[in-house]
Amino acid sequence: MVKLQELPTEEMFAPGHRMCAGCGAAIICRMTLKAIRGPTIVVSATGCAEVATTIYPYTSWRTSWVHIAFENAAAVAAGIEAAYKAIARKGAWDKQVDIIALAGDGGTFDIGIQALSGALERGHDFLYICYDNEAYMNTGIQRSGATPHGAATTTSPAGTKIPGKPEWKKDLAAICIAHGIEYVATASPAYWNDYITKVRKGIEVNGPAVIHVLSPCPLGWRHNSEDSIKLARLAVQTRYFPIYEIEKGKYKLNIRVYKPLPVEEFIKAQGRFSHLFKPEFAKEVEAIQHRIDENWSRILQLCGES
Amino acid sequence: MAKIVGLAGDEAVAYAVKQCNVDVVAAYPITPQTIIVELFSRYVHDGEVNSEYICVESEHSAMSACVGSSLTGARVFTATASQGLALMHEMLYIASGLRCPIVMAVANRTLSAPINIHGDHSDMMGSRDCGWIQIYVENAQEAYDWTIQAFKIAEDMDILLPVSVNLDGFILSHSLEGVKTLEDEEVMRFLPPRKSVYSIDPEKPITVGALCLTDYYFEFKRQQEEAMRNVSRIVKKVNEEYEALTGEEYGILETFEIEDADVGILCLGSTAGTARQVARKLREQGKKVGVVKLWLYRPFPTEEIVAAIENLKALVVLDRACSFGAPYGALCSDTVSALHQFDKKLNISNMVYGLGGRDITPSNVESMFNEALEIAKTGVVKEPIKFVGVRE
Repeated sequence: MVKLQELPTEEMFAPGHRMCAGCGAAIICRMTLKAIRGPTIVVSATGCAEVATTIYPYTSWRTSWVHIAFENAAAVAAGIEAAYKAIARKGAWDKQVDIIALAGDGGTFDIGIQALSGALERGHDFLYICYDNEAYMNTGIQRSGATPHGAATTTSPAGTKIPGKPEWKKDLAAICIAHGIEYVATASPAYWNDYITKVRKGIEVNGPAVIHVLSPCPLGWRHNSEDSIKLARLAVQTRYFPIYEIEKGKYKLNIRVYKPLPVEEFIKAQGRFSHLFKPEFAKEVEAIQHRIDENWSRILQLCGES
Repeated sequence: MAKIVGLAGDEAVAYAVKQCNVDVVAAYPITPQTIIVELFSRYVHDGEVNSEYICVESEHSAMSACVGSSLTGARVFTATASQGLALMHEMLYIASGLRCPIVMAVANRTLSAPINIHGDHSDMMGSRDCGWIQIYVENAQEAYDWTIQAFKIAEDMDILLPVSVNLDGFILSHSLEGVKTLEDEEVMRFLPPRKSVYSIDPEKPITVGALCLTDYYFEFKRQQEEAMRNVSRIVKKVNEEYEALTGEEYGILETFEIEDADVGILCLGSTAGTARQVARKLREQGKKVGVVKLWLYRPFPTEEIVAAIENLKALVVLDRACSFGAPYGALCSDTVSALHQFDKKLNISNMVYGLGGRDITPSNVESMFNEALEIAKTGVVKEPIKFVGVRE
């Protein structure tokens, strides 16, 4: 894993952007660009990281950066990759270009899943990073396919009958690895060296790679700004968000959690789950814990550690 | 040296694209199926071109990938029709807004529902305000010639806008014609590799697609409209260069016997051929009729069209798409507006025809001319908008 002193001091993600204090995505953008190896083009889907970092005529990106629309970061990345291949073949370009597509959970799990699937199937050489803040935070905290069971959003409110989102979160890593691609990983910004190492690995893979990184959102999760990294760590330590990678089909658990904390430790600091602590919804917390335990056993088994 | 080969409209487009040395073709071959990209993928797999062909999973991704490719400075092409164009709709505006000189062939077909695979102009008319230059062709020869010219128009530094080359679905796309083709070297001389000023070269970082709110958005759109206003001039310049190479004469529009005509028909695409044939027959009978065919529909050639029709006593404007609830079909609305801008008044009858591929026959066209002659005589337009060839 990368060491702190090995990281470039140069900030390719410039300060002065309009991301919220404590925004996980802003930290993720900065860390991502600490991992690049040379000329890079970042393709951003519509979302927080797009609207808050490139308010014309300003930009926080010291790499080339492109935003086209919400659902197509993977398709745009594919177009860029193909173009450089074509112009290199014609002798008009002779350098390495790394392409990173960056999209939120809405732009990945929901509206962008088709474009992502197509690009993975076609095998374009690019890294796709999904920063997952578990809802459409940019537009006012609406539920997505990545929103966890029980979380309150503006379209899955904590009602008297239905306590938040009834459905469970999609398994993005499993969907991606089902395409037979070489590299898929999960990550948390609390484990910065794990994340940065994975970004570099994903860039170096010859073909598509996907990283699914959890991105705490003080606004949508309703927690204190200074607790973002603490929550990103608790998500891992409660086994809520297991950190693993799949390289050439082989699963590896990157962060072992021998003594997991109960999931309450992760959810109690977040307003989006506060309704679950009402006595009538106590079973919901149990159900979440049960699901976490099941998922952990499944991943351990995949990683050959059970 | 030109040689004449038998090509269907789709084949003519694919062959032109092959000669235009495109870098990337990103296309989805369905909704409905497009032969153009099937043929192009054959060129790729047989090693006849050096291009990248991305067989994307939808038209939305096709146009997304085209925009990404175009921003690198590459020459980019795609083809679609009907539902596929409708699915691209969002991306059409982004392609023009980001000033990507993409060329797209549209084998015009109708829109669902009810589902129907045949030709009319509903697809492109549904996207007529998307900021693309829109060219309509009459036959396979024009499809070939305009595809080559389209790249040169799109990539001109005074324009940098995408172009759609529209050919009538089935009537042109699937009909075999003799097409006079150029040698590869001639096309290469006419159309050198694309030069690009602003590309997303990672070694000279730029930001493309930033958020522009109330303080800048309007200026971007105003500049885009300014680029549209340059189109007529550049089209004429490109037409002249193309004529010097091929002897083929092109322009903004084409007229037939309109100078001394009492009445005329104004239309787009392959129907112009039928209209001309009927006009020829009526001329022999001493009836003073003429035809105006628009090659360039967007930007709308206001001045040229008014000059062509202003002395007529009556005009029939043919629309092969329905603008539901509008006073006229799209082409007729534009024509009326153009006349109004020049303070001209003309008796106009708008006829909507051929929806869902319904045939338009010479006898249909003959009745239209006769109706126009009647209007010219009486000065009365009984029905400002009529549906021709429909059971009602």
